[in-house]
Amino acid sequence: MNDKAASPAIMRSMLGRARGLGSAKSGTGHWWAQRVTAFALIPLVLWFVCSAIRLAGQPRAAVQHWAGSPVVATLLAALVIATFHHMQLGLQVVIEDYVHGEKPRMFWLLAMKAVTALFGLAGLIAVLKLAIS
Amino acid sequence: MVDTREALMVARTSDGRTVRRPLSPFMIGPSYRPQLTSMLSITHRITGCGLAVGTMLLVWWLVAAATSDASYARAAWFIRSPIGYLFMFGWTAALWFHFCNGIRHLFWDFGYGFELPTVHASGKAVLAATAVLTVLTWIIVVVTL
Repeated sequence: MNDKAASPAIMRSMLGRARGLGSAKSGTGHWWAQRVTAFALIPLVLWFVCSAIRLAGQPRAAVQHWAGSPVVATLLAALVIATFHHMQLGLQVVIEDYVHGEKPRMFWLLAMKAVTALFGLAGLIAVLKLAIS
Repeated sequence: MVDTREALMVARTSDGRTVRRPLSPFMIGPSYRPQLTSMLSITHRITGCGLAVGTMLLVWWLVAAATSDASYARAAWFIRSPIGYLFMFGWTAALWFHFCNGIRHLFWDFGYGFELPTVHASGKAVLAATAVLTVLTWIIVVVTL
């Protein structure tokens, strides 16, 4: 391939350049969100593992007392949101890479989004219920 | 009719043979020799998928705690069963691998550590850190339980 053909100015359409989008439409946004959630998850995961170790073997009342604190509830909600966002972005790439064919790919992407969205919402509602009760 | 994009799937190997370009997961198979770099890359994905499943179990635990004593007892019973312990051990190992290798990826995103010796050294460091953190986590769990 010569240098002229490799120039991104020629490879991209005028509309694509104007909108700042590549062939993946929203690839940069996806990539960026994956990194932002990864950064957020570093302290949140460390905090959660430490908390989970302290709660290991404890009765339900201990979990309710722990999750009843507004600070803990805030961090738990942040953890659930960041985890499920990161999970959806990651699983999306895995499905896009390994499921070939437009219809099966669309099916698995939508099924994955539906399941992760429901579990994420269930986690959030559980956090809110524990925080408020 | 064959999709015109199919034309992009035809390629020539270094010895001149015409082949169909391999589709993902091409890192596993005859196209590439297994290497530390590719193995850690696929492990990052596998642990990511495993963590997704493990996270569903944690959501079950949270929902059970928010629901009733009986449902919390059921979740606690599962977690403390032999299968539960196996799951939790796998979850912590997968978590620490994904955590450490994820930080390795973030360093790459900042433009650091791309030299091949560095890539291999950081890969080995991720494996060592995963082992240490997993064992440490379970020592703390056993001691405080």
